[in-house]
Amino acid sequence: MMQLIWNGLIVGSFYALVALGYSMVYGIIKLLNFAHGDIYMLGAFVGFFTLSAFGISNETSIPLLLVILLLSMVTTGLIGVGIERVAYRPLRRSPRLAVLITAIGVSFTLEYGVRQIFGPNPEAFPVRLESTGVDLLGMRVTASQIVLVVIAAGLMLVLAHIVERTREGRAMRAIALDPQAAQLMGVNVNRVISTVFFIGSSLAGAAGVMAGAYYGSIDFLMGFVIGLKAFTAAVIGGIGNLYGAMLGGLLLGMLESFGSAWFGGEWRDVFAFAFLILFLTFKPTGLLGARVVERM
Amino acid sequence: MARRLDLALKHAPLRAPAPLFDRPRAARGVFDSQTGFMRALGGVAVLFLVALPFIDASRYTMSIAISALIYVMLCMGLNVVVGYAGLLDLGYIAFFAVGAYVSGIFTTVLGWPMWAALPATVLACIIAGIIIGAPTLRLRSDYLAIVTLGFGEIIRITANNLTITGGPSGIHGIPSWDFFGWSFEDGLTVFGLEFPERVVFYYFVAAVVIIVGVIGAGRLAKGKLGRAWKAVRDDEDAAEAMGINTYVAKISAYIIGAVWAGLAGQLMATHLSAISPNSFQFLYSALILMAVVLGGMGSTPGVIIGALFVSLAPELLRDFAEWRFLIFGVLLVVVMLFRPAGLWPATAILPWLKRDRPQPPPFTSATAAVPPSVLESPSGAPDADVREGGRG
Repeated sequence: MMQLIWNGLIVGSFYALVALGYSMVYGIIKLLNFAHGDIYMLGAFVGFFTLSAFGISNETSIPLLLVILLLSMVTTGLIGVGIERVAYRPLRRSPRLAVLITAIGVSFTLEYGVRQIFGPNPEAFPVRLESTGVDLLGMRVTASQIVLVVIAAGLMLVLAHIVERTREGRAMRAIALDPQAAQLMGVNVNRVISTVFFIGSSLAGAAGVMAGAYYGSIDFLMGFVIGLKAFTAAVIGGIGNLYGAMLGGLLLGMLESFGSAWFGGEWRDVFAFAFLILFLTFKPTGLLGARVVERM
Repeated sequence: MARRLDLALKHAPLRAPAPLFDRPRAARGVFDSQTGFMRALGGVAVLFLVALPFIDASRYTMSIAISALIYVMLCMGLNVVVGYAGLLDLGYIAFFAVGAYVSGIFTTVLGWPMWAALPATVLACIIAGIIIGAPTLRLRSDYLAIVTLGFGEIIRITANNLTITGGPSGIHGIPSWDFFGWSFEDGLTVFGLEFPERVVFYYFVAAVVIIVGVIGAGRLAKGKLGRAWKAVRDDEDAAEAMGINTYVAKISAYIIGAVWAGLAGQLMATHLSAISPNSFQFLYSALILMAVVLGGMGSTPGVIIGALFVSLAPELLRDFAEWRFLIFGVLLVVVMLFRPAGLWPATAILPWLKRDRPQPPPFTSATAAVPPSVLESPSGAPDADVREGGRG
């Protein structure tokens, strides 16, 4: 029981990190960034590429992981900004369908671009975390899991601070409420949107590196399912709401953990997506979401 | 008094005033009118379809032609959903899978003949369309996109896990079509010409289904329902204000798309005689979407071109097989950025018809009293903006 909760917490913290990016971007420009899951994959591959370039393999050092984490975050953040600039910004006034289709195209481009560079087979992530564990309250906890949860919690705290306490964060919230009014008040809308893409993408990149270090293998399609799951998490929590995304991520992690225990691991994804459909049917605003104003 | 007024009005010679000018007669002929040309083009395409096995009836050509036709069917179905109704469906391949699996299970496990499985396929697709569409079509369009994506995965994983679907290895030995003792496998001899099984299949099933599918979808789009779809796509609130039941319009588009995909799925099941969950990955949903977007959403000739491009490209460009998904992804972004209406937009006017701009109407006796300057100004060429500006 405790073990299931703990496992759910680990997976849930990955989901939460990716869901945050979804939710932030959605909150601010009402775009479902399909390429977000692939940014997660890119984060893992940036880490892999850098470490391989230095000839590092099979390391288990936490400082090294942190360095790689930062590097991947900056790189994926910049990639996210670039994608917004090239693919989404020119279409900001287009019909929603056009932007969604563009996002699919970007996602495809990233996946198969990485496939062309690194090949279709899974790669072993060069930095692993030691998996010796201790028994605690009837559950088995490894050091690597604690490190991951701490990193995830730290990143979320930093994000909460940025959004709630800084000038930039206030600008983000203002744009989420009303972009035109925010612009009239002197907010540089384009710059703030770029910042949001940077932060969201770097969180996804961080989750990618952590997943690489935790699971040990990465491949070019690893972002697809987690992108879907993270979206589910964002919807459960209430899309556009940051605390909702965190809560939804952890909740989805738990649900999956219990779901696989009850129905068997092969039904895990079906369970999660069925939950998404049920949630959208009965409570589309999510747990913490404000009522979505659909009509203009 | 009022009654007398009513009577007087009833018998008064109420007539519409005489028109100010004569309407120009609608152009006829193959090269003078858009519809005439499109019909001729369709006729040529059908002729080519019929003549193809006489040109080359080799196993390879027939097999490619049948898969290309299946793609056309799928793209026409998705075009109803995305192109006409403006609903982004990212799990479209799921309905294809439902069609393939239902026909596969009914013919192998229950031993039904293939034609008897047809109603079951259609019914299963309608039910699947309602299950997935009913809860989500009330929501914003982007929720629909991601829910359909999830649904596609659910179907694939379910097919992978259940025993009745054969698990990861799928269903084998799906029979071909047979009617009352005569099977396609026997071949057919007409006027001394011998047709092997694959050619008979191509003629009697694939080609017929595709012709009906393409024309049917095109006709639907022109009717009342089709106009409702396009109104919902362009502005849902305005459509609702005009008395369209938007929910019914959306769900009917969704169901029709599902049925088209299911029929394509049954075609594929008989064509390949084996199906497995790997044929129903998200990748294929994306490929079909790509074909529709590339060709032109809502445009029948465009969608057919897109479908042929996507299905034939890997055959023609074997050396680039590795690169094709990357190229498709980049193409999707580039098309949306620079030519969002696709290669053959739904509002396209044939170039030679476009050149002669609409002339101001000729004067008749009725317009003689009006000075020409009045007709010249603001509505001099009333159609010019509509013709060139409109894009879906």
